[in-house]
Amino acid sequence: MNTMTVHDLEVVYDVLADALDKASAAKAELFLVKLALLSAQALGSAQTFNELAQSALQDL
Amino acid sequence: MHQPHGEPRRSIYFNYQVFPAYTGAVGAPHIARKPVVVVGAGPIGLTTALDLARHGIPCVVLESEQQVSEGSRAIVFTRRSMEILQQVGVADRVSGMGLPWNCGNSFYRNQLVFRMESPQAPDDRYAPMTNLQQPYLEQFLAEAAEANPLVEVRWGNRVTALAQNSDFARLEIDTPAGSYELDTDWVVAADGARSAIRTLLDLKLEGTSYEGRFVIADIKIDLDLPTERLAYFDPTWNPGNTVLMHREPGNIWRIDYQLPEDETPEQALQAESLCERINAQLEMLGFKDVPWEMDWSSVYSARALTLSDYIHERVIFAGDAAHLLPIFGVRGANTGFQDCHDLVWKLAFTLKGLAGPKLLPSYTDERVSAAREIIDEAGKSTRFMAPPTAGYRLVRDAVLSLSLTQEFVRPLYHWRTSRPHDYAESVLNCPTDDNDRFAVGPRNGALLLNIKLGENDYLFDRLGACFHLLYFTSAAFIPDALLAQVQAIRSSGVPFQIIAVTQNAQTRVVGADQLIEDTSGHIASKYGITQGGAYLVRPDQHICARWHQLSAGQLHTAIDIVLGKH
Repeated sequence: MNTMTVHDLEVVYDVLADALDKASAAKAELFLVKLALLSAQALGSAQTFNELAQSALQDL
Repeated sequence: MHQPHGEPRRSIYFNYQVFPAYTGAVGAPHIARKPVVVVGAGPIGLTTALDLARHGIPCVVLESEQQVSEGSRAIVFTRRSMEILQQVGVADRVSGMGLPWNCGNSFYRNQLVFRMESPQAPDDRYAPMTNLQQPYLEQFLAEAAEANPLVEVRWGNRVTALAQNSDFARLEIDTPAGSYELDTDWVVAADGARSAIRTLLDLKLEGTSYEGRFVIADIKIDLDLPTERLAYFDPTWNPGNTVLMHREPGNIWRIDYQLPEDETPEQALQAESLCERINAQLEMLGFKDVPWEMDWSSVYSARALTLSDYIHERVIFAGDAAHLLPIFGVRGANTGFQDCHDLVWKLAFTLKGLAGPKLLPSYTDERVSAAREIIDEAGKSTRFMAPPTAGYRLVRDAVLSLSLTQEFVRPLYHWRTSRPHDYAESVLNCPTDDNDRFAVGPRNGALLLNIKLGENDYLFDRLGACFHLLYFTSAAFIPDALLAQVQAIRSSGVPFQIIAVTQNAQTRVVGADQLIEDTSGHIASKYGITQGGAYLVRPDQHICARWHQLSAGQLHTAIDIVLGKH
């Protein structure tokens, strides 16, 4: 899998935070699920998405 | 004593006929014995009875009511259901009155986000879907049953007890004039979702019940909308929930809408609540002041349940008595027709002593696996239409939102309509034929493909209650060895017809029962076959063997297998 540079990761960090604020707390969940679905489509692999979902479930 | 409702049910569009209750056997000195008793005169029970009659098997149908069912209930019949109804002789009446359609639409925020058009292939006689209210279908079937000397419908007869014996079942039946007993080799339980027979045998369904509840309401209204499936997600008047609309004959419209989570069915069916919500839906569609009248309403919750075995000693389950399937995807009655059509020839051959030990049990194998496949598919539709948990709701809502701009999520609106099941794993399929060596054509276990032969003339019109061998030939005769084998099959009592598909414009093929002309090669190419090849077709129109070159010995083997003798 491609890895992002630290700079890219910092950009993603800010984009995500800004977008969550923009979505407002009431719509944050909906926004994140939309984003997850769009990311899955860009990823093009149900298996990788499943692995990512399992990683995200850790240490909640 | 059983007292069925004696007054005709109320309906705007349907005149209910109250049939006289049968009381003739009350007080009879002997207990009569029948080969088959069908319990339930709904669509599945009556189709079973008429289908048995085609095979020469007489039966008694017991119906606790004295009239056909209340409300429109099942309103969408698939092409496959129409083909089965054609076999039992009522399809013309259904298509004469019904509304054919082939498109479905899903709307979100007043935008059409998904549209599906089912192909109307030129080789098919019937539209993908036909809308007709269930009371009409039941009436057509009841009239066909009354006219059939092999079918005796006993209205107002309720089964109150059932005792299983080694080779028969004894039923205790209550009527308005008292009770009587009846013995039968086989009971076919087609008594619906609240099957009394299932309860008497204390059988449990396995699977899932969903929380989401829907109101089903029929109204009479003149709407300028096409006959298509209309689904509205998250409408402003019913946030988060789903509304479905279908046109029925006679300017009747079915409106299904999901209830808010905390509402009881009693609250939902109150006249003011119904009126307010139907008006809100009509207003959303721009029909604010169009007058309408209520015909019937009910509450429905999605369930995806099946018995794990449809045969319990002398009792065989079919239709909703055997399984409860979500209405999304029109899987109720349409699954039931396939059940009874799979069952009937097997039961008839068993009663005639033609079946090996595996034939009747294959009904359970084929149809329980069909039900499980349907439950799996229906679960997907139901989880989209009426999300069962917070997680499912959130993802569904995200898909709705994305669907306004993102093409890739739109197929998730697909409602996975009922389709003919493919019995690819059936023990009745021939394992030593050429099935795996075909590149095209329907495989073993699949439904035969219909073919348009001429104006108002289709292959399925030519099929009867027997095995058919579709034999592709350019010769003027069926080979002697093959014909001798066919004669041997017939003399054992198995009904069998050879349909010669002629590839050389022959006007006669000696030994064939029917001729179908295929000089153009259309049928041969659709079936992926050349001269000397053949398809063996079960009496329910499913394929059990196919060969590129058929020999007499191969036919012998395939027939033994499909009769459950191996």
